[in-house]
Amino acid sequence: MSKTLQLKLDYDQLTNCMRCGFCLPACPTFKETGLEQESPRGRIALMKAVADGIMDPDQAFQDQMNHCLGCRACEPACPADVKYGQLIEQARDAIEDHDVHSVPVKGLRKVFFDGVFPHRGRMKWLGRSLSIYQKSGLRKLVRGSGMMQLFPAHMREMEQVLPDATAKGVVEQLGTVYPAKGERIARVALFRGCIMDVLFSETNVNTVKLLSEAGFEVVIPNEQVCCGALHAHSGEMDRAKDLARTNLQVFKDAEIEYIVSNAGGCGALLVEYDHLLHEDSEYRELAEWFASHVIDVSKLLFEHGRIPAFTERNAGADEPVTITYQDSCHLRNVMKSSNAPRQLMKQVGNVRFVEMKEADRCCGSAGIYNVTQPEMAGQILEHKMEHVNRTGAHYLLTSNPGCLLQMKLGVRKHGARDQMEVKHVVDFLYERMSSTP
Amino acid sequence: MLDQALTRKLRQIVGEKYFRDDKEALVAHSYDGTPMLQSLPDGVIYPADTYQVTEIMKNLASYSVPIVPRGSGSNLCGGTVPVQGGVVMVMHRMNQILEVDLENLTATVQPGIITAEFITHIESLGLFYPPDPSSMRISTIGGNIAECSGGLRGLKYGTTKDYVIGLEAVLASGEIIRTGGKLMKDVAGYDLTKLLVGSEGTLAIITEATLKLVPPPKSKKTMLAMYKDLYGAARTVSRIIEAKIIPATLEFMDNPTIRVVDDFAKLGLPRDMEAILLIEQDGDLEAVERDIELIRKICESESADRVEVAESREHAEKLLTARRSAFTALARLRPTTILEDATVPRSKIADMVLRINEIARKYNVSIATFGHAGDGNLHPTATTDARDVEEVHRVELAFEEIFEAAIELGGTITGEHGIGMVKAPFLEWKIGKTGIEVMRGIKQAFDPQNLLNPGKMFAKETRKRVVITRG
Repeated sequence: MSKTLQLKLDYDQLTNCMRCGFCLPACPTFKETGLEQESPRGRIALMKAVADGIMDPDQAFQDQMNHCLGCRACEPACPADVKYGQLIEQARDAIEDHDVHSVPVKGLRKVFFDGVFPHRGRMKWLGRSLSIYQKSGLRKLVRGSGMMQLFPAHMREMEQVLPDATAKGVVEQLGTVYPAKGERIARVALFRGCIMDVLFSETNVNTVKLLSEAGFEVVIPNEQVCCGALHAHSGEMDRAKDLARTNLQVFKDAEIEYIVSNAGGCGALLVEYDHLLHEDSEYRELAEWFASHVIDVSKLLFEHGRIPAFTERNAGADEPVTITYQDSCHLRNVMKSSNAPRQLMKQVGNVRFVEMKEADRCCGSAGIYNVTQPEMAGQILEHKMEHVNRTGAHYLLTSNPGCLLQMKLGVRKHGARDQMEVKHVVDFLYERMSSTP
Repeated sequence: MLDQALTRKLRQIVGEKYFRDDKEALVAHSYDGTPMLQSLPDGVIYPADTYQVTEIMKNLASYSVPIVPRGSGSNLCGGTVPVQGGVVMVMHRMNQILEVDLENLTATVQPGIITAEFITHIESLGLFYPPDPSSMRISTIGGNIAECSGGLRGLKYGTTKDYVIGLEAVLASGEIIRTGGKLMKDVAGYDLTKLLVGSEGTLAIITEATLKLVPPPKSKKTMLAMYKDLYGAARTVSRIIEAKIIPATLEFMDNPTIRVVDDFAKLGLPRDMEAILLIEQDGDLEAVERDIELIRKICESESADRVEVAESREHAEKLLTARRSAFTALARLRPTTILEDATVPRSKIADMVLRINEIARKYNVSIATFGHAGDGNLHPTATTDARDVEEVHRVELAFEEIFEAAIELGGTITGEHGIGMVKAPFLEWKIGKTGIEVMRGIKQAFDPQNLLNPGKMFAKETRKRVVITRG
């Protein structure tokens, strides 16, 4: 594995880290543990030690690489501009090449990463099955039977906050082209995502309608596939690249001005397709075109749209409704959009926006981190919820499905369940659009 | 490798979790903020209190194992690289503010507290702790004390040593020493407090510090003076001091620095200027306004191209933050960034800046210069690549000549970063043979076995001065 790591790690980037330590306060795992090796500077030092042959990539090394949330809060904090996200992906990619997962983990990874996420039909099947499970009373039966006790606690908790799934994605509901209301500003394409379209298809539908209201014609190319983020972050680089190549062509053919993402995690990989495929001479140029056209829904609305008027549903009440916002790390640190969602939600009438302390810090969801590293994720979530609860918000808003689920879990475990609702920014805005029937 | 009986004892003292000697922990504590230096320790220990520190020290002393105390490892002189192995002692767990005494205006803290967190707390109480090293968001108070950190306010308010009035420290033998206290006046014997501040972990391990606090200034104004002529900017610094104005902050950035800082902070800094001065004055509103007006006139008379006063506190804070990031922002240019710390009398700033540029040209290396011009403390910073051995050698020669120029102009080889490993060969240039002997004697009195941070401050050999001229 040393050899693979030496081959895959970008030595220039390793050298660029000057060990100034500016990243330390930005890192959630360093904050939780106070250990140098749990910081970006420490992890880069470990990678460099392996590349330099000072250290073997032993189990502790691999665990440490996997312990990183990949939230990339260290990147904006780094004045030397070290591409930490790329380094950690390279390290995980090398580890993955050699990793002997336990049989169940291996099986599950294969099923989801190769068998389900990349295939639209199978995602629909998953959505349908989940939906049947949730609606048929089977869930009740399972929960009642104590069968869930077979799963680890954090999986059980997750199962409880999963929203109702559906096999009817956004295309099934709205078709592949949705016209702009009023004069058209631009033609844009929606990146619908795989989990988004099964568990949050309503958010996708609302995204399209909100964009239409703001003056955008929306196309939803039906041949698009999973973005590959979960693959890339887990070290399955080749798979991620395959998916990217498919998406490049699909969206190029759609003849659009923007590619809109409403999930920070997906958006962050989409916006880096150029890096993902920088060694692919055939696709490099197309990847650059793609990356430069990706934009988050909030940013598109705020910077280019005709923003509709938003009124709080409870507008008659004396007390304004309090809202707060948990940044999606990837939206903030990679797509560099933290202002637009805040500005939009502040435009809703009779709403009081309270900024929570450390809103810019990872909630512990981080893709599938909360499943693979439940202990650290739980600890981070607990601290996060202290800040959430202090805001006294009625609505906790987010911009990414992973964060949304994690925050739902947080509210369930540590929050005021009855008084606080967790929502995607898009849904919150759509429901408050004055012209909403 | 440490003796197994010793590691067992260390684990007993701090608990299983807080002593580690696995490869991961060793690698992660083999460096600090200094480029091109790395050396693995034999163990890493995280004490929770002074008692544990004394027990650790007693045990290490009985096995003659070296110890390197460490905060966040952000220093730039190789001060916390365990060059002779031994145990790295991380002070992060000892991070409490033990007391803020509002009657005496002092604070008593443990060494591991992050400087910025301490400052935020103090300011929330309506008080002021002026030392503000650029690393304060990461660095610890203990590290600041050990290295005698400076910062942007050094000119008017002094540096860490001016605010440490009492210390508790553990000697190499494990015995505890207490110096000073909550006293504004104290001349009982040698000033051991001042001696320990800046002792770089070579004399004792600081376990508690009493710090002097002051009332905050009532108002502040920040301005930016921009020059097409480097010499004009440097002259302005001397002229401001000459006019008997002491600004709170008087910072200098040359063109390469302006460009990279702007790339990083995106503030719209004037990229076509040869140099800018960032000036801040604080105090009573009337006095601040008068000083800022006088400074503006001086800037203009020294042919400043433009002078702007920050319109809001946020804008001013952005400018200051941008300046604080200068060091690391320079790392965007080339992979290895070597920052130095030469200081000259304030009247010689202009001469020093020109000398640095000449020397850089002579050795064909790229050196950007910024720094706390108001206190004569410049940071000539070479951007290079550690993998290019020949170029790095030229950088070393250039720095040698820069230190020499600083001393020749009546300056010193470091203003706020300390000696550590990096400057050790040059210390004798500044303090002379006798000075070194006295310092060695002091070291001997505190740490007869040479266990505390060995290999720092005193070099085996002094670098020969290439040219000795007095002008």
